[in-house]
Amino acid sequence: MPALRLERITKRYGKLKAVDDLSLEVRDGELLTLLGPSGCGKTTVLRCVSGFVKPDSGEIYLGDRKITEISTEKRGIGLVFQNYALWPHMTVFQNLAFGLQIKKLSKSTVRQKVERALALVQLEGFENRYPRQLSGGQQQRVALSRALVLEPDILLLDEPLSNLDALLREQMRFEIGQIHKQSGITTIYVTHDQTEAMVISDRIVVLERGRIMQLGTPLDIYSKPANKFVAGFMGTTNFIHGRVVDIDKEYAVVTTDDGLTLTGRGHGLENGGEVDVAVRPESIRFFLSPGEAATLPHGPNLFEAEVVRASYVGELIDYQLRIKNHLIRAKGEVQNPHGVSERVVIKLDPDQLAVLSR
Amino acid sequence: MSVKRILILTAELAMLLLVFMIIIGPMTSLFIWSVAHRWYWPNTLPQEVGFEYWKQALGMRTSLAIGAISILPAFFLSLWVAIVVVIIAMLIAIPAGYALAKYRIPFGAVIMFLFLMPNAFPQQPIFVNLLRTFTRWGLAGTIQGVILVHILVGLVFGVWITSATFKSIPRYLEEAARSVGAGSVYTFFHITLPLAAPGLLASSVFVFITSLDEFTGTFFIGLPFVNTLPMTLYSSSGYNMQFASVIAIILLIPSILFMTLIQRVLRAEYVGGMG
Repeated sequence: MPALRLERITKRYGKLKAVDDLSLEVRDGELLTLLGPSGCGKTTVLRCVSGFVKPDSGEIYLGDRKITEISTEKRGIGLVFQNYALWPHMTVFQNLAFGLQIKKLSKSTVRQKVERALALVQLEGFENRYPRQLSGGQQQRVALSRALVLEPDILLLDEPLSNLDALLREQMRFEIGQIHKQSGITTIYVTHDQTEAMVISDRIVVLERGRIMQLGTPLDIYSKPANKFVAGFMGTTNFIHGRVVDIDKEYAVVTTDDGLTLTGRGHGLENGGEVDVAVRPESIRFFLSPGEAATLPHGPNLFEAEVVRASYVGELIDYQLRIKNHLIRAKGEVQNPHGVSERVVIKLDPDQLAVLSR
Repeated sequence: MSVKRILILTAELAMLLLVFMIIIGPMTSLFIWSVAHRWYWPNTLPQEVGFEYWKQALGMRTSLAIGAISILPAFFLSLWVAIVVVIIAMLIAIPAGYALAKYRIPFGAVIMFLFLMPNAFPQQPIFVNLLRTFTRWGLAGTIQGVILVHILVGLVFGVWITSATFKSIPRYLEEAARSVGAGSVYTFFHITLPLAAPGLLASSVFVFITSLDEFTGTFFIGLPFVNTLPMTLYSSSGYNMQFASVIAIILLIPSILFMTLIQRVLRAEYVGGMG
């Protein structure tokens, strides 16, 4: 049985559909990320699950309980907010004990549980500090342990790392992953940061305009984007517009108006259909000459290109290349730099090209 | 030293001087007057000083020669009225302020404006009209009538500051409490109210001081039967400068005490949320 099930949830704000007929099943024990740009409905979905927003239609099941009409405090959820939301007038201990005391647990049980929860986030000995005496990262870990101390059926994290600086964010990302593995709690993680989603998730749901664009493992989403939006959102992507001229199993041959022929992966395509070919900058390989490239076993997707712009970005060079009428971004190694207006030969791996119908 | 720094320094000095002139100056004058037994032109300072007027005002001596009376009854009346006013006004202001801050109430802005009304217009015409109504209701010249007027005038501070305080408490703090199993009432008393306490205290202090200093309404509704401290001050200010100064200083004391208290408990973030 899924840990959480959303059944045809719709939520409107005026004319705007924040969530549009969305159905979703979260597996027991997995970490599922709701990913999308701001305003895509991911926070609204989370607020529907937490009970702060009542959907206009649809049902929500937590395990076998229907919770659509149940108020937040009776749902048995754990929540972590972007702003930590620690109560400033309470110590760390009081923050964690608050929910336990409502349950009328004995003093010794409360103390025991709080200590165990703080140990989980490596904050032993911080019981008597006030939130303002903690760093941002520590505050977020307190917030996390406050949510976990009640052993909720599901943990909801709403952009928990977006207030932290880059270095700390990376570290916390790892820690959240560890804690999730240790506790095995079903977790929904909301973020707009695709790297964060890739690193932390078992599965990712890409949302746009309140609808699911794609649901899959991080690798699936990245390498087999279902449409142009997902391909574009998961990282810098070049799109080359063309028409399908041939289909061979899961590969399709596409020609463009200016006479390029590309082969890539795609499904659900039709001969003659208009498509976009998604090319990731890091999947482009450079060769010095057509001769060198021809030594490779496979023939297709070899193009002559001219370097229009080249800029160093640390360990890589960010190129802009012109292939006939197309300008595309590419990433190349620092060891073999190419200068502006140099002519190069590039190869695109058909397995890394996604052919997306329009 | 750069020109900019000199300019800033000059400005700061000017501000300091202004503060002295506006606040310290009149207060010094008040104090000198309150201890002046004899002070005639052209002397800069009194020829004879002493605490006769203070003793008289505090009921420690009764001398008909000085022409002053004990102000203790008026002081206790004022204090008592102010305390009752604070209690009633806050009982109205806390729920009203909470509702205005947290819920989308139809015509919320209009309701806020209504609380401002008694202070937005010239007070005399308002209270003259109120006197007619209160006379009909039998409230004119009674302590209850005066309390009602003070509530009317003080509620604007009560509701506005209270509402601003509640508004400054982030919603997610309450949501966090809900998520760990606290109902809405439990959340209010354990999260919202403690966080709002400094702001609520500030708001009650404003109501308290407003009531203590209230003049116009008390003048129309209360006189001649309800003699609060400002009324006593008024009746003596014409002929007895020393006595009036004593009362003025006594009226200032609670204000200064409470302002210090506010400074200590009111955190910057709550003031930031106001307005």
